[in-house]
Amino acid sequence: MNLFHAEDPLLQVHNVTRYYGDRIGCSEVSFDLWPGEVLAIVGESGSGKTTLLNCLSTRLAPTAGAIEYRMRDGAMRNLYQLTEAERRLLMRTDWGFVHQNAADGLRMSVSAGANVGERLMAVGARHYGNIRSTADDWLGRVEIDSERIDDDPRSFSGGMRQRLQIARNLVTQPRLVFMDEPTGGLDVSVQARLLDLLRRLVADLGLSVVIVTHDLAVARLLSHRIMVMRHGNVIETGLTDQVLDDPREPYTQLLVSSILQV
Amino acid sequence: MTDTARIPESLHEQGEYNFAYLDEQTKRMIRRAILKGIAIPGYQVPFASREMPMPYGWGTGGVQVTAAILGRSDCLKMIDQGSDDTTNAVSLRGFFEKTAGVRTTCETAEASIIQTRHRIPEKDLREDQILVFQVPIPEPLRFLEPRETETRKMHALEDYGLMHVKLYEDIAKNGHIATTYAYPVKVNDRYVMDPSPTPKFDNPKIDRMAALQLYGAGREKRIYAIPPYTKVKSLDFEDYPFEIQKFDKPCGLCGAENVYLDEVILDDKGGRMFVCSDSDYCEERRADGHLGPMAADPAAARVGNTRTGETIR
Repeated sequence: MNLFHAEDPLLQVHNVTRYYGDRIGCSEVSFDLWPGEVLAIVGESGSGKTTLLNCLSTRLAPTAGAIEYRMRDGAMRNLYQLTEAERRLLMRTDWGFVHQNAADGLRMSVSAGANVGERLMAVGARHYGNIRSTADDWLGRVEIDSERIDDDPRSFSGGMRQRLQIARNLVTQPRLVFMDEPTGGLDVSVQARLLDLLRRLVADLGLSVVIVTHDLAVARLLSHRIMVMRHGNVIETGLTDQVLDDPREPYTQLLVSSILQV
Repeated sequence: MTDTARIPESLHEQGEYNFAYLDEQTKRMIRRAILKGIAIPGYQVPFASREMPMPYGWGTGGVQVTAAILGRSDCLKMIDQGSDDTTNAVSLRGFFEKTAGVRTTCETAEASIIQTRHRIPEKDLREDQILVFQVPIPEPLRFLEPRETETRKMHALEDYGLMHVKLYEDIAKNGHIATTYAYPVKVNDRYVMDPSPTPKFDNPKIDRMAALQLYGAGREKRIYAIPPYTKVKSLDFEDYPFEIQKFDKPCGLCGAENVYLDEVILDDKGGRMFVCSDSDYCEERRADGHLGPMAADPAAARVGNTRTGETIR
């Protein structure tokens, strides 16, 4: 874990604001993300979490503010000043995006192996045998049986689809992965298994992750740092355990106390 | 091929077609698209495709390209699936005989413009010939990515990984690349192009061909081109290289090998034979005295004797 040794931030966010007409999506958000760090953005629905995530991942241009990212050559670049070609290359090599609904992130009509291999082929891999063995290896790492490699994701269960989506994103060894409610819509036991897997992969690969979730348990398990959002503003931020054990803001206290205890 | 811009007086009389059906302004517009296509090999140039007096799917794109480049001294050959005497070829040949009054031929070597559907003649083409293709769906990425805005962006950014995903799927499902026609190619190391539904057998002929190749898609309103001697590479994997179809028997009528063969059913008792799909090539070989194993069979001989005259409508 290089969390405490890294000197330079991987991602720097300065006053990112997004308006939808007169309404605020998110407002004046600033933070730094270091290599190997997992940041959770929590809040109720409509609080601007997903708007912020989309701004960060260049899927939605912010109205104001700047987002800088440290490229593999060490240079800080403003994401919205990259050319379209550079941005696409970044998104399919150095980044990953895990959607809540796996069907949005997968190519449902091609086999699992091709889904994992797509990014490799996009960056120039032209050896079928190598692509296939890499795909096979990654299916193993996300606990999908090798013999399902030629099956369509349509024939996969929800949990398997989500794991396949993760493999598809991680195959090019990205440094930063965005996750939008990766465990949403999965039942509790499948969620637990997926979280376990995610936590292991993130630690093994030293990934930086920005994860959006409304589930504080997910944040507690995965993240080092947490940002609480409400009405488009960040109202509290700090180490995950600190914020969840000793919330300062009344709204965060309310959020923490509303977790169901069994 | 440039002498059509002077409009003879007689054309203003009632009941006359303009030379080669299209009006001169339309032809100029199409020529501009063609020139742009030649300048950017493999790039699909949008053009204002006209309604033609034939249904879509009959080669309205190819007909417009031919009409735009046709001159009075040209000699035109029309082929459909390699053959000069099928409905499509006969009708389109008749169309240009009527509207342009140009000379037509069935012989590959004699023609200066060859309009084709699904095949490239077996005989090597020359620098002074032009090959015009009728294209139904010009976008090679269409069945993988339905959004036109997205496919254009992919071409612009040379973002072609998806094309290999299709070939990967072929190998994963069939053990080999099972795409047999409209096999994607990369032109001049830049644009991925669909060489129209020609069998992949013809792909090697597209590579560094001496003749100019023009592709017209009427319904999709696109024109693209490959200039003479341009490098055209069929996409493949290092460990699954591109291969063309192989036939284990020679042509039943003329005995030709290493040509593309069609299967012809001879009777209802299972009788069949494989013959050259390029009818002109087959006839020329037979005239030179080459005979295939089935040439003496009366049923097969009937198939071989359907030579059309040059003016059959």
